[in-house]
Amino acid sequence: MGRLDPGGAVAALVLALCAVSPFVLPSDAWIGFAVNAVLISVLALAWNVTGGFAGQMSFGHAALYGTGAYVAAMLQVRLGLNPYLAAVAGVAAGAGIGAAIGALAFRYGLRGSYFALVTLAFAEVLRILASSFEITGAGSGLTLPYRPGLAQFQFPDRYAAYAFVLALCLVALAATAAVKRSRLGSNMIAVRENEEAAAAIGIDAFRVKLLAMAISGAIAGAAGVAYLQIQLFIDAPIAYGSLISVEALLGPIIGGAGTLLGPILGTVVLHIVGEVVKTGIGGAPGLNLVFYGAVLLVILRFLPNGLMGLLGGLRRPARTDAATRPAEAP
Amino acid sequence: MLSVQGVTKRFGGLLAVSDATLDVAEGRIVALIGPNGAGKTTLFATVAGFLKPNAGTVTFRGERIDGLPPHRICRLGLTRTFQIVQPFAGLTVRENIACGAHLHHAKRRDALDRAAVIAAQVGMERMLDQPAQDLTVAGRKRLELARALATEPKLLLLDEVMAGLIPSEVAEIIPTIRRIRDSGVTILLIEHVMQAVMSLSEEAYVLNQGRIIAHGTPAALVRDPAVIEAYLGHGAAERLHASHAHA
Repeated sequence: MGRLDPGGAVAALVLALCAVSPFVLPSDAWIGFAVNAVLISVLALAWNVTGGFAGQMSFGHAALYGTGAYVAAMLQVRLGLNPYLAAVAGVAAGAGIGAAIGALAFRYGLRGSYFALVTLAFAEVLRILASSFEITGAGSGLTLPYRPGLAQFQFPDRYAAYAFVLALCLVALAATAAVKRSRLGSNMIAVRENEEAAAAIGIDAFRVKLLAMAISGAIAGAAGVAYLQIQLFIDAPIAYGSLISVEALLGPIIGGAGTLLGPILGTVVLHIVGEVVKTGIGGAPGLNLVFYGAVLLVILRFLPNGLMGLLGGLRRPARTDAATRPAEAP
Repeated sequence: MLSVQGVTKRFGGLLAVSDATLDVAEGRIVALIGPNGAGKTTLFATVAGFLKPNAGTVTFRGERIDGLPPHRICRLGLTRTFQIVQPFAGLTVRENIACGAHLHHAKRRDALDRAAVIAAQVGMERMLDQPAQDLTVAGRKRLELARALATEPKLLLLDEVMAGLIPSEVAEIIPTIRRIRDSGVTILLIEHVMQAVMSLSEEAYVLNQGRIIAHGTPAALVRDPAVIEAYLGHGAAERLHASHAHA
């Protein structure tokens, strides 16, 4: 803890190079891609708090992301609220919906795939509600009035937008790092490893999981708000679509769930390789999802601890080695 | 310190614990023994809040704790270990113990420092950075003990911490448990290793088919006909007595 291991240092260096590349090599396609990849990285960091630290695999993080975006959009469009205040409300709404879904699911003791299914159901219900009611713009979504300028939380160009999401990503990374190194983080990891043993040492598993969902919701809500302020538009499939839920979990799982940099590394690698495949084969709709599925299968089969597990492989022996190695004498 | 009064626990038609009453005085090492399936672990789980009793009361330091969730009971100062050890496999020894130490230490640094101190108490100071999944059975048992100890309990419920250990490992852990008691922790333990029960505990309760059938010093209990029959079957005490008489 505290000190950076060699694998983490390699990952940090690679990611830092990726982060500055749009400024070094300006290109329209590259910056658009970079904004999207970093935005999804924020969402991946959010997922990592529940899925990685607390071990509660959500399949419906779109519910948190979309609620953040919709609340911020509705407050601006319907009530004319200041965009920064609306953004704060969006983040709070993300935390609130996260805690609400968590309270319902955990109160009834849902774990594992049951929890995953319930979160997916919540996201789908919210998607249908958002596309049905007038206040959320129904089928046509919500468009923010175009008022360029940072005073209105709108970005003059894509490079400013990129700088913003990059800063947001660093804040989210710092927040998740702080959580991981806190008592709450230790409690989350204990709950992930064994809920019964955690209870035996005085950990209130329900409360810990609820807090994980609330923190995750706040970060996911912030990602949703960032999307809204950059695109100035939100609709139900974008906000609550299952693609968002899938992207939220793919990055952390591929990069290494529960690690600090894994979610970002996984998301960036997935997006870069996905982009290469798209330009190589041509962009048939849905082809990237087929590709994501294939990458996920390969990672789960060969790298159960993700890319960070691969980078850290020199440091910590794999399970099979550990079993055959003689234990140290007491 | 701990008073269990008339506790009954049923699973459907199975009466696992029936009207069990026992007391543990502060500063003692009390053993709970009995044949396999007697209900010892069920009684432990009921006391620690993992199961709710169908009848009876559990009082700990003057406070009713039956029906409280396990984490609340732990915070009052009563911590249990598990017979089937439950280490957090993905964490190191130090991180495992720190999870327990965090109960009373909010800062990460303090919890990790405290973990090192506790590890030394159970003889694990040289394994601090080992992943828990690499430990031997004896190591896991010690870790289970250390993690419970890290919560700074007033009363420690030890569920067969010596099962599966070889005699030399048992001989090592006995003084460890005695030292824990001497540091001010009262201990109630379930044990099958009679060598340990005899040398550690001043008093013992015998549980058979869910009922407390005897209570006394371990030395007196091993001569009690009811206890011998519980372990060896009906009529065993008489036959044993007869064979001694003939010899």
